[in-house]
This record gives sequence, structure tokens and C-alpha cells, in this order.
Amino acid sequence: MTTGETELKALMVAGLRGDAASYRSLLDRLSGRLRAYYKGKLARVGRGATEAEDLVQEVLLAIHLKRHTYDTGEPLTPWVHTIARYKLIDYLRRTRTAATMPLDEESEAMAHDDNASAESSHDIRRLLGRLPEKVRCSIECVKLEGRSVAEAAQRCGISESGVKINIHRGLRSLAAFIARETKNENR
Amino acid sequence: MKTDDLVVMLSANVEPVERGLVGRAISIAVTAGAVIALGLMLVGLGVRADLTTTHAVVFLLLKVAFALLVVGVAVRYLARLARPGAPQGISPFTIAVPFAAIALLGAIGLVGEPSSHWNRMILGDEWLECLLSIPIIAIVPFAVTIFAVRRAAPTNLVRAGAVAGLVAGGISAMAYALHCTVDSLPFVAVWYGGTIVLCTLAGAALGPRLLRW
Repeated sequence: MTTGETELKALMVAGLRGDAASYRSLLDRLSGRLRAYYKGKLARVGRGATEAEDLVQEVLLAIHLKRHTYDTGEPLTPWVHTIARYKLIDYLRRTRTAATMPLDEESEAMAHDDNASAESSHDIRRLLGRLPEKVRCSIECVKLEGRSVAEAAQRCGISESGVKINIHRGLRSLAAFIARETKNENR
Repeated sequence: MKTDDLVVMLSANVEPVERGLVGRAISIAVTAGAVIALGLMLVGLGVRADLTTTHAVVFLLLKVAFALLVVGVAVRYLARLARPGAPQGISPFTIAVPFAAIALLGAIGLVGEPSSHWNRMILGDEWLECLLSIPIIAIVPFAVTIFAVRRAAPTNLVRAGAVAGLVAGGISAMAYALHCTVDSLPFVAVWYGGTIVLCTLAGAALGPRLLRW
């Protein structure tokens, strides 16, 4: 499984240095691969494209929140694949599907692309509304409106490091909300 | 929510990430755990008072060396288990090496003595204290280690939990060795080895619950 490994890894390394354009491009490519992977897997247990998209988004958030665990001395694809498979197993357990599908070999995972732009069942605005005010303010400013951390600090009335901590915490809560919603919807 | 929107959101103003955070977090946790374990031993049990003979010092060093070896191998393995897709490098059997070594030494110790002494060599006077102390002292180091591993991304939760338990058991045995006055290799093999294995099993049982993300 080396399709695009070099390219993806370069994007990840740049992303870890704070290069937003490379990071965006990486997440774009990974979502195509993850979508193809999950659609294929979930079709076997009779789940549709929306559930696949829920998982794609959950994994994108996980990749983002756990990106510090990627060691740039190692290939990227196995790292992504391990997370994708972990989240798939977790999802199947959560939604109480008998996990009878064969767990794939690495070569099979994410070898294909599926770029059909898709929507999950989650409403980001509604989920953001459940976050504490300062956390929501930090995420809206920096992540949705693209303002700098300094501007966000001023607008939300907290320190710059506070904004950074709030963003991390907020994204973690969003990931948890999404996981919980997915569980309840599919019961 | 459109996935494209999520991608835009996640990549907006993305913060640079430091390298080597996982290894550092685990090292800090293990060091903190060791300090806490030593503190607990000092307050609750006290350092053994008979450290005047070479014999006692040699045995103390031997016990500490065994525990340190267990911890050293386990920590390296744990740092791998905490990261997705990392080449495992260390085989789980490497972890068994310190235990095999102490078991061998213990067996050699027994062979050299008449079997009427064996009971005493294995049980010592402190087997119950050892059996209780090592798991109890291991609790806080275990919690601290689990906390560090949680912040990484373990994907084999049973194994990561087990190795976290192993690390904590090893740290605890190292601290307890400073108190323990039984200078017999069969005793160390059975009670130190056994209680560390207990900690490992407890870690394996708790791992899936504590480490899920």
C-alpha cells in the first residue's frame, strides 16, 4: 500500500509544521480514501452512505486531535489505517452490529478514492451550540471565520493560550458529541 | 454537515505540533510514578534498617535491577503501543526476558540448597506483605501512566493496558525492594515476579475501559 504515500506524508509533515494549505489538501485526500473504505465496509453490514460519512468525519476529527502521535520517521498510511480501523471497530461495537466482517489486510484499506461530496447527519452549528460560550467563541473565530488567535483572544475576552486550549477542548467535545449521536441514531 | 466544511474548519489556522510528545509524556508519567511510589514506600514502610552487610546491599541492588529492567523494556514497548501503526519493534517476548532471568536465578538458588529449606526460601517472612504492597503501591503509578497513554492514541487497548500495568508493577517493585528484607532469589522470583504479573493482568482487564477514545 504505497499509493500516494510519499505525497500524503509530505503534506502531513508540512501540516504538522503549521502549513494550513498542505494540511487541508491532506484531509481532502484522506476523506476520499476513507469514504471509499467505509462505504465498502458498511455496505457489507447493510449500512448506507450517511453512516459512512459520519465515520469519515469522526475519523477526520480523530486524525486532527491525535496528529501529535504521528512520528514523521514512519510511513503515514499505516498510521491513518490503524486509526480508521480502530474507529470502525468502535463504531460497530457502539451500534451493536455483530462484527462479522473480515478485518481487512492493510493493502486493501484506503486503496481507492471516492470523492462524491457528501454530508453526514450532524449539524455543526447545533453541535457548536452545545459547547460552553468561550469555547464556542474561540472555535468560531479561529476555525470558522479564519481570524488569528490574537483577534479571537480579544473578541472572546480570554488569553491567546486560552483560545488555543479552548479550540482543542472544543474539537474534542465535538468529536464526542458526534460519536454519541451516531450511536443513538443507529440503535 | 458537509465533510468539505469540516476539512476547512480543521485546517483553518492549524497550529504547528511539537515532535516527540508521546514519548515525552510517557517518560514524565513514569518518572512521576516512580517518585510517588518511592514516597509512599518511605512514608508507609520505610527503608530496610539492616543495610550494613554487603550481602544485604547486593540483594537490594539485585532486586532493584530486576525491577528496573522490567520497567525499562516495558516503557519502550508502551511508547510504541501508544501510537497507531507504529512498527512494534520489540516483541512481546522481550518483556518476558527479565522474568525468565529471575526465575532461572531462583531455580539455581533452590538447586543449591536441601529441599527442607525450600519452603522458607520461597515464602520468607514477608510474602503476604510483598503480595499486598506491590499492587497497592502500583495504583498511583498506574493511574499516571494510563493518563499519559490516553492522551496518545492506543489502538490495542488490552495490550496497552497490560503493559501500563506492567510498568506500574515494575515501578512499585523497585520501591518495595528498598524496604523488603528477604534476601532470597526464589522469593524474589515468585513474589516480585508474581505480583508484577498480577498488575499486568489487572491492567489488561482495565485497559479497554480506561483507554478508549
